[in-house]
Amino acid sequence: MKPAPFTYARPADWPAALALLAEGARPVAGGQSLGPMLNLRLALPERVADLRHLPGYAGVSMQGETVRIGAGTTHAAIEDGVVPGRLGEILAGVARRIAYRPVRNRGTIGGSFAHADPAADWCAVLPALPGHAIALGPEGERRIPLAEFVLGVFETALRGDELLRAIELSALPPATHFGHWKFCRKPGEFSKATACVLATPGAAPTAVLAALDAAPLVIADASALLADPTAEAARLVATLALEDPWRAALARTALRHAAEAAR
Amino acid sequence: MSITLTVNGTPATVAAEPRTHLADLLRGELLLTGTHLGCEHGVCGACTVEVDGAPARSCLIHAGACDGASVRTIEGFGEDAVMVALRESFSAEHALQCGYCTPGMLVVARDIVLRLPDADEARVREELAGNLCRCTGYRGIVRAILGVLASRRGAAS
Repeated sequence: MKPAPFTYARPADWPAALALLAEGARPVAGGQSLGPMLNLRLALPERVADLRHLPGYAGVSMQGETVRIGAGTTHAAIEDGVVPGRLGEILAGVARRIAYRPVRNRGTIGGSFAHADPAADWCAVLPALPGHAIALGPEGERRIPLAEFVLGVFETALRGDELLRAIELSALPPATHFGHWKFCRKPGEFSKATACVLATPGAAPTAVLAALDAAPLVIADASALLADPTAEAARLVATLALEDPWRAALARTALRHAAEAAR
Repeated sequence: MSITLTVNGTPATVAAEPRTHLADLLRGELLLTGTHLGCEHGVCGACTVEVDGAPARSCLIHAGACDGASVRTIEGFGEDAVMVALRESFSAEHALQCGYCTPGMLVVARDIVLRLPDADEARVREELAGNLCRCTGYRGIVRAILGVLASRRGAAS
């Protein structure tokens, strides 16, 4: 399939990008989610605004114990270790399992998070991490807790006049445990169920269950899950009242595996 | 819109609709038909080319985003030492039958060899998951890549 006609704009700075957004342009970063939707005509924007050339859009900087990841940083850069420390190891492990390397070379953490496909890997992991999404709107930057960013299927806390500029994360101590599990029959395909559990020394463990065809389930205190993965995974998934038994089984199993790996 | 890009080392300026993807631009405007199109939504890997030095799906980069890019297609690898070794190894191992997936396979194979010099069979198979071949069952392709990796490791030690 070929996309329906659209016009293309490449804003050189953030005010220009916000102005294009206000005019109704569809923002695009690496285009690895929007691209297929354009080709399949699932997305029919009249105008596309290519964010990749905005200053500071890609790249990682440290401010004390906070790591700021530009929204346009590619999955491949994260896979290759652009984020330092234990946090970087965890993110690299997640990034390596996103789609395929040629897709990771273009696809970005911010583009994927803002697109909020329910099966997307960052939507299944970032809500478990301590940090904020940095939105930029006409009035300046706004900080949205990562656990509150994804609201539903392709739906986020970003307002219509805001762009996702960066992800800010707290550095993690070396002894942090992390478990991540996703169901794919072949590497790189869309996940049928994804779960992660983060156990940071001195803090309550957190967990996320995603790829649910709904907003991810964010568990702010996953102590019970770590204590008894099988029983607590079953209890949590039962609360979701998933229609398909196979989907509930995959969700339970993903949560259990992630919890066991984080112990 | 007018697009200026570098293809296989040569600057090119083409007129294209913004919705035209890079693969159609290469094939239709520049007559570089070595880049093949399978699924046109990023799954099959047949259209993989090198964009700004790294493999990318040419069906998922639309014309505007190509402006200023440097692209290398299967026609552009010439006497590149890794590609020469891969071509020979693909031939020796019967790593292709119809050849439709081969341009994308070779671009990804070269990336594996250069980026992951210690890759074992499991890693090669994982890295190839984004390139579909319907003829070979992958055995020949995996063997061909492992052969090049082994000979380079031998040469380095």
